[in-house]
Amino acid sequence: MQSLGVEVLFEGSNFERLLGGLGVTITIAFSSIIFSTLSGGIMGLLRTSAPAIIRLLLRVYLEMFRIIPILVWLWVVHFGLTPALQIEVSGEFTSIVVFSLWGAAEVGDLVRGALESLPRHQVETGKALGFSYMQLYRYILIPQAVRRVLPGMINLATRMIKTTSLVVLIGVIEVVKIGQQIIEIGVIKAPNASFWVYGFIFILYFIICYPLSRLAKKYELKWHSL
Amino acid sequence: MQLDFDFMKRSLPLYYEAMCLTLQLAGLSIVCSLFVGLILSIALHFKWKGISLIIQAYIELSRNTPLLVQLYFLYYGLPKIGLPLSEMSCAIIGLTFLGGSYMTEAFRSGFESVGRIQLESGLSIGLSRAQLIRHVILPQAFSTSIPSLSANAIFLLKETSIVGAISLMDLMNVAKDLIGMEYKSTEALLLLVLAYLILLLPLSMGLTWLERRIRFAEFGR
Repeated sequence: MQSLGVEVLFEGSNFERLLGGLGVTITIAFSSIIFSTLSGGIMGLLRTSAPAIIRLLLRVYLEMFRIIPILVWLWVVHFGLTPALQIEVSGEFTSIVVFSLWGAAEVGDLVRGALESLPRHQVETGKALGFSYMQLYRYILIPQAVRRVLPGMINLATRMIKTTSLVVLIGVIEVVKIGQQIIEIGVIKAPNASFWVYGFIFILYFIICYPLSRLAKKYELKWHSL
Repeated sequence: MQLDFDFMKRSLPLYYEAMCLTLQLAGLSIVCSLFVGLILSIALHFKWKGISLIIQAYIELSRNTPLLVQLYFLYYGLPKIGLPLSEMSCAIIGLTFLGGSYMTEAFRSGFESVGRIQLESGLSIGLSRAQLIRHVILPQAFSTSIPSLSANAIFLLKETSIVGAISLMDLMNVAKDLIGMEYKSTEALLLLVLAYLILLLPLSMGLTWLERRIRFAEFGR
């Protein structure tokens, strides 16, 4: 009987290697999420309270990432910017930089949306009670904004994890690349490998992203009613 | 830094061709996913027995996996089990698989905005299911869904940048080849960014305009 070919996933250290590749993917995604949360929070505050010119610049910055595909940004930085500056950085570094810049813009927009959605009278009440701006943000605005931002943030994290699959195209050795290597090595012995390997990677991504989107939906429903 | 304008002029036809391909791909997959989304959301809304669960599973699968892996699976994986597909059909199927679920969600939120009472009054004055959908639900649902539908259209057009990975000569691949052959990365990448701006800026502005028009139609009648 002809074998199905699914064994290729478990041959030698293939399984561990695929999971190791997934580790690279997750490292890139999570470092970018952390960086973009930090800088996006500041950006969101600036977009609600900074002078008009800074707000405009930040808006343009966001639109640039919204309009040009992320893959194009990856290429511009990897094949254009770093050679032009004559610095040599790894593909991982480039992708973390690009994803963090993109994420900062998106998180900034989420935070701005959340802060603006808070009723105006809360600010006024706070001021009337003699809160300083620091106190206003610290005790009134930020705690509420965090709740409203959270579902969007989780969704963004899912999107980022999915988008990290693109980094294979600038030569990072992550899960898709390792899959390709396994397929190439086994081209004679396991001709069906590409079906199983890509199918497996497909499922891996699903296993990571699905719980996150469920979580986002849960929070959305929970805090929607408040 | 000195830009090589001669080189840029020479490579314009290549970019033009690639832009046509990108537009063609995006257009086809947007239309297909609108169609898929409409059908599936109607099925979900009226809770057609048996398939609701399958549709839900499809939506979760397509929303929680990256397009690149979907495309690789379609292009390299499926031929192994006897389903060879051309690059173009792979790309359109992949983009529709992705876009279909996003469009379904967009339509569904539109449907949900149409009040229950309207369905009931429609049924009680003797409209058939089809008439109800055609004359009562769709016109209202459509205008509520327009913002998310147009966001999805832009999203799909941007996602076409990935099809270069399955060796279609799209904008990304043209730029990559030019960088590889002529080492003019600055010029090639500049043209790449410009090409996407030319494609996406008018679309995004046009759709914003459309949204505003439709909102007027809703409130200002």
